[in-house]
Amino acid sequence: MSVNLISTENLTFCFNGVDALSNISFAVKKGDYVGIVGPNGSGKSTLIKNILGILQPQKGSISLFGQPLSSFRQWNKIGYLPQKLNALNTNFPGNVEEIVQLGLRNKNAQNLEQVLNLMGIKHLSSRLIGELSYGEQQRAMLAHALVSRPELLVFDEPTTALDPETRDIFYSLTEELNRAHGTTIVLITHDIGSIGKYARNLLYLDKKVIFAGTFEDFCTSPDMTGLFGPMSQHIICHQHDALESNP
Amino acid sequence: MIGLGEILKYEFVQRALLAGVLTAAVSSVLGVFLVLRRLSLIGDGLAHITFGSVAVVLLIGFSPLYVTVAALPLVMLSSLAILQLTRYKRIHGDAAIGIISSVGIAIGIILASFSGGYNVDLLSYLFGNILTVTQTELLLSFIVFIVVIGTVIFFYDDLFAVTFDEELAKSMGIKTKRINIILLLLTAVAAVLAMKVTGIMLVSALLIIPPLTALQLSFSFKTTIILSAVISIFSVINGIIFSFILNLPAGGTIVIFNVAFLLIIFGAKKILHLQR
Repeated sequence: MSVNLISTENLTFCFNGVDALSNISFAVKKGDYVGIVGPNGSGKSTLIKNILGILQPQKGSISLFGQPLSSFRQWNKIGYLPQKLNALNTNFPGNVEEIVQLGLRNKNAQNLEQVLNLMGIKHLSSRLIGELSYGEQQRAMLAHALVSRPELLVFDEPTTALDPETRDIFYSLTEELNRAHGTTIVLITHDIGSIGKYARNLLYLDKKVIFAGTFEDFCTSPDMTGLFGPMSQHIICHQHDALESNP
Repeated sequence: MIGLGEILKYEFVQRALLAGVLTAAVSSVLGVFLVLRRLSLIGDGLAHITFGSVAVVLLIGFSPLYVTVAALPLVMLSSLAILQLTRYKRIHGDAAIGIISSVGIAIGIILASFSGGYNVDLLSYLFGNILTVTQTELLLSFIVFIVVIGTVIFFYDDLFAVTFDEELAKSMGIKTKRINIILLLLTAVAAVLAMKVTGIMLVSALLIIPPLTALQLSFSFKTTIILSAVISIFSVINGIIFSFILNLPAGGTIVIFNVAFLLIIFGAKKILHLQR
């Protein structure tokens, strides 16, 4: 039986008395590739922050790797790439090597070298993080998320501000990690046109769960057609790609 | 003019140099974390609280010999009060520091007005005098140095992660609340210790200027911490010796040396940049 790496039950989070998330119940199984989508302010990042213990929900329960969040200790099994890299202090004196190993008590030189090579930033290892371009910083933070060889990777809008080529490389990497290494991927994105190419499951949020299921179900659901309109659903589901290849 | 060898023969100068070096190391190491987290002014706030705490301790009747030790718990409690205040959504860190430091100064001024007897003692803490460091204070400096440096080494990975990004640190299972409490308590201890070196008015200089100078030269986080300590120790030694030779207040001279290093580094960087 497949293990739930993430599971939430009736999760509710309020901010200044207003529900930012309401009764969210969903699960991510081992080996899944889940896309979390929704409009601005729909609670995507808030959900992830609740799951990772950054924010405390008012109601509901969260489990990670089958354990309640309060007793979960194996944080090295999770790699997280946060959204707000643009707020990075450019005067921060940490170099790439230090940032990639940030917070790790058991440092492994071999793992470090592998991720630096994988991300193509080995030559930048002694440069200060603030001196790098946004794309290089993003790759350094991705290397940080990967360095402990996590079983679960959580990305919060990782492709924002990446050029199309780097974005494709990023998606290909996540796909390879998922298929070849069995790494579970949870990816928040606004890039709704691309996510369907890679994610097998989709969670559509708008403060509550609008849709949770497989990508195929999303594409054939009359409810979703009603919600998005046939044209948007058509684009999200890449049916136009099929039309282009089989005119 | 009196020679260096002759100066170093004096026992009180030896005590001052030792206490100064230990205090400089402690303040400059903690200062790196504070400056990068934009908590620089916490040193100033805690120094003001130290003023109120010293007033309370002197009023209770503690001997001036033990004032530093006796003021410590009060300053540590106040640092926790700052942290507690910042948990209220509508009070930012700088405002919380402002509230607590104003209370510290207000208590100091009110208590000072009650009795003229200890006003002189109280005012001496405002400007500090490292040359009057006692054997007890030197021992306290040594204990604080061991505790602070030991704690920083033990929690280094966590402190580094929290300094870089508190949310990211939390997502890695780091107890950020505990780390914040540790950092504030250690800073409170450093502020009380630095009171004797530079005086309450200039405590924040020891916490802010050496890290800022080190940041201009850094190529990694670890080297920034080491450079900050080296610059601070060098400034304190020079400050004490020159103040003795030129008959100047030690606190002010130490701060001037620190600022001079910062300006030299700024100038050198500017020249090198222009030459490229």
